Amino acid sequence: MKIKSLDELQKIREDHANKVKLRDSGNGESDKIEVLIGMATCGISSGARETLNAFIEELDHKKIDNVKVVTVGCIGYCHSEPIVQINIPGQSPVLYGNVKKDKVQIILDQHIVQGKPVDNLILKVDFERA
Amino acid sequence: MAITRTNIMICVGTGCLATESEKVLKNLELILKARGYDKEVKIIKTGCFGFCEQGPIVKIEPENVFYVRVGPKDAKDIIDEHIIKGRRVERLLYKEPFQNEGIDKQENIPFYKKQLRVALRNCGLVNPEDIYEYIALGGYEALGKAITKMSRDEVIDTVKKSCLRGRGGGGFPTGVKWEIAKAQESQVKFIICNADEGDPGAFMDRSILEGDPHSVLEAMAIGGYAIGSDKGIIYIRAEYPLAISRLKTAISQARELGLLGKNIFDTDFNFDIDIKYGAGAFVCGEETALINSCEGKRGEPNYKPPYPAQEGYWGHPTCVNNVETFANIPSIITKGPEWFTSMGTENSKGTKVFALAGKINNVGLVEVPMGITLREIIYDIGGGIQGGKKFKAVQTGGPSGGVITENELDTPIDYDSLTGIGSMMGSGGMIVMDETDNMVNIAKFYLEFTMDESCGRCTPCRIGTKRLYEMLNKITSGKATMADLDAMKQLSYMVKDGSLCGLGQTAPNPIISTMKHFWNEYVALVTDYDNPQGEGKYEAKNKIGIES
Repeated sequence: MKIKSLDELQKIREDHANKVKLRDSGNGESDKIEVLIGMATCGISSGARETLNAFIEELDHKKIDNVKVVTVGCIGYCHSEPIVQINIPGQSPVLYGNVKKDKVQIILDQHIVQGKPVDNLILKVDFERA
Repeated sequence: MAITRTNIMICVGTGCLATESEKVLKNLELILKARGYDKEVKIIKTGCFGFCEQGPIVKIEPENVFYVRVGPKDAKDIIDEHIIKGRRVERLLYKEPFQNEGIDKQENIPFYKKQLRVALRNCGLVNPEDIYEYIALGGYEALGKAITKMSRDEVIDTVKKSCLRGRGGGGFPTGVKWEIAKAQESQVKFIICNADEGDPGAFMDRSILEGDPHSVLEAMAIGGYAIGSDKGIIYIRAEYPLAISRLKTAISQARELGLLGKNIFDTDFNFDIDIKYGAGAFVCGEETALINSCEGKRGEPNYKPPYPAQEGYWGHPTCVNNVETFANIPSIITKGPEWFTSMGTENSKGTKVFALAGKINNVGLVEVPMGITLREIIYDIGGGIQGGKKFKAVQTGGPSGGVITENELDTPIDYDSLTGIGSMMGSGGMIVMDETDNMVNIAKFYLEFTMDESCGRCTPCRIGTKRLYEMLNKITSGKATMADLDAMKQLSYMVKDGSLCGLGQTAPNPIISTMKHFWNEYVALVTDYDNPQGEGKYEAKNKIGIES
């Protein structure tokens, strides 16, 4: 197919944007929202991988671009796996427990899109503690 | 699942391939598949990250974790630990010398902190063999903008206003060169990309072509449009097989999408690109010699004027620009000249890529804004001198440049200041020497190179460099007298003044500058041969690590 105009080029750019979108974090401080998913053994066995993939799929489905989903090691609350931490720049982090894949939707809609943490899923942890 | 959650970026530039990145890649693919994660995690082959000393480099996105010296056996841990369990593989993180803590993010590594990437913007970020990735990052928009929305004069004006100067070493304003080529009345014009990177130790052009070939193709088409040429030629040395194969892939992909060929963007602008191979002659980096070689003649320079922009390839107006110069063009068109002039010094705008080599800790490719000091490049980015030795000098400009000593390390780098301290920008090779290097030896090494590479067309260069080399040999074997030193100095200036092209005119520079700064080392070899300064032995070739 030959590209005939800037608009067609733009279209191809959009069609292939997801190929490189994982890499556009670039260098330096990012203003993206981070979703951290604990992928320790207990996390995986409680379904962290499914949760992770649900996040990826939903973000793609809803075309939300300013979020990056990052896997991390054991967060340390094995009793409440899978654990998900949401870091919104400028706010203190919020930790969610028992985030099976069916909870992904509500966290995305309420917390990431509307900025209101989902209170009943929050793990009460004091981040200020040393 | 079709959506990817993680990209594993692995460098397949020449540097990392030499340290087995291909095997790492194979292992990563196999293990990923065996663990059943190959659908959600994608492995991307990419170009040079520049940190060649620490290769092979593997970077995980979006976590932005940077692994160094990844061997084939480390693939298992990257998949099992990082990809599956989300744990950093600590032992593969970059560690500063004498520090225990690994650094996980690329931007926190001192090597990258002071860098600013314009020409190398996509190296290490895209898969060079996939045009869609380049387009997804805004590729070919500059070309579209130039030929559908800008007049030819506007394009030239933009490049002129950006004050971009030739990155091959000459430093001639690119916009002016284009303007001269455009002003020629001729039906046939050519635009040539000079990829005959000949400086020992310089590899920025190769890395750009390997890591981001489309940026050069796009810029050549923009240049072709501006000067009124429908034919581009990439003159590349045959010793760069990987760059050649990536270029070929890129050209055929661009043709398929109609970004090269007839009626680009549905306008009446046609442009296509051919590749010509050089046989690795240093002099063919000089534009008239390059054009002769393209025509199938001996690679010998012509007398200028006429300049190639007036009378070049087969007698037609020809514009020759360097790879790195081209790599800057697309961003200048899309972001505007003001963006470009916001970087750099008064007379040298933008950035420059340097290849760090020699006795320095972080050997590799760095891109820095003009105006940064040599000290910052060598100590902050380059990590200082190997083995904790003392810095002695740095040679910029390759065999045509000169040495810069400790006293001048705080000079801000740009075209004019480097010339001012007796060296030159050159194509950006930077060879660092420590206290154990004997400077006479260094001069001899460079003279041997230029002597070999002299094409023999003009007498001062052909015979002069040979005689200079013989004199240096006499000195380093302890048979010289003080009169020889004087004669050598005199001959140096004669070769400089009498030679036809840049090769001969700059060949004596290493002698002149080492004599200026390290006269005592010359004298020591003449008067007290048994107690020389620096290295005791004088076999230049063995010392610099080139096969004899």
